[in-house]
Amino acid sequence: MGQPIDPRGNLVRPYAVTRGRTEPRRDIPIEAVMVASQAAVQEARFAGHDKYRIAVLCEPRAQSLAEIAAYSRLPLGVARVIVADMVADGMLSLHSAAPKEGFTERMDLLERVLSGLRKL
Amino acid sequence: MDFASSERAGAHPKEITSAKIVVAGGFGVGKTTLVGAVSEIEPLTTEAQMTSAGQGIDDASKVPGKETTTVAMDFGRITMADDLILYLFGTPGQTRFWFMWDELIRGAVGAAVLVDTRRISDAFAPLDYFENRHLPYMVALNCFDGAPRYEPEEIREALAIAPNVPLMLCDARNRESVKQVLVGVVEHAMRTLVAEQGRGFPAPVG
Repeated sequence: MGQPIDPRGNLVRPYAVTRGRTEPRRDIPIEAVMVASQAAVQEARFAGHDKYRIAVLCEPRAQSLAEIAAYSRLPLGVARVIVADMVADGMLSLHSAAPKEGFTERMDLLERVLSGLRKL
Repeated sequence: MDFASSERAGAHPKEITSAKIVVAGGFGVGKTTLVGAVSEIEPLTTEAQMTSAGQGIDDASKVPGKETTTVAMDFGRITMADDLILYLFGTPGQTRFWFMWDELIRGAVGAAVLVDTRRISDAFAPLDYFENRHLPYMVALNCFDGAPRYEPEEIREALAIAPNVPLMLCDARNRESVKQVLVGVVEHAMRTLVAEQGRGFPAPVG
């Protein structure tokens, strides 16, 4: 996507990019997906390198916390802190992971996943 | 500001649900191969870091003598609809990283434990783990070329797998075969859910 490769590689101190914070403002499951609007991408331009990259990544299609961490080459815990901030600031919208409660809701999801797998 | 934020977020009004299935098994058993056989993206790797200092320390890298352990997990993605995505997560190969397994199985639809018939004992730790967790799982025997073939029931006996846990043969390189494994996991999750729902009555056998 024409993005420069992050020269910091794996040498960056894990939590330096979060200014040392290790606790996210909200818990985000590893598979929960985020979406950024075009307006949010514009705003993220001024929010720093990592946030901008993440917003650009989540604009064309929804990306999970795991994908954001992998594509940004950030450890999962660091990505979770940054993403939680971006969700709180309205730069990313957080979508739902699978329902844990309710027979009907859980069964509906299983049926949809099953049908999706059979169509593969 | 808040109003503007929610308007931006509303640009994609449809709620997207994501589900995950966990693929467990010993090191080199073919977890990433299995994920790659059905994933629409090349399997990605995400890393989690844990320090011996644990939580509560702002930046463990500033504390001398604290060791950081990196745990890598491979995963893949299947976009099933514009509002449904399935992720497949391989567990870290070394079973000592239980903390990461706990995070991986949280909210998962179910799990498959992949077994290499040449190293059956590698499956003990993952099987014990799932046996003690409230997560539907099944066992898939990865048929490596040249590996000894056993009857599935011999393996069930050798690994002391409960009769209600489904067990099947698979080829982790083969898309159709992997599809059948994943279908098996979801069907087993459905049976488990129905049995839970009917708790108090005798659960159906088999």
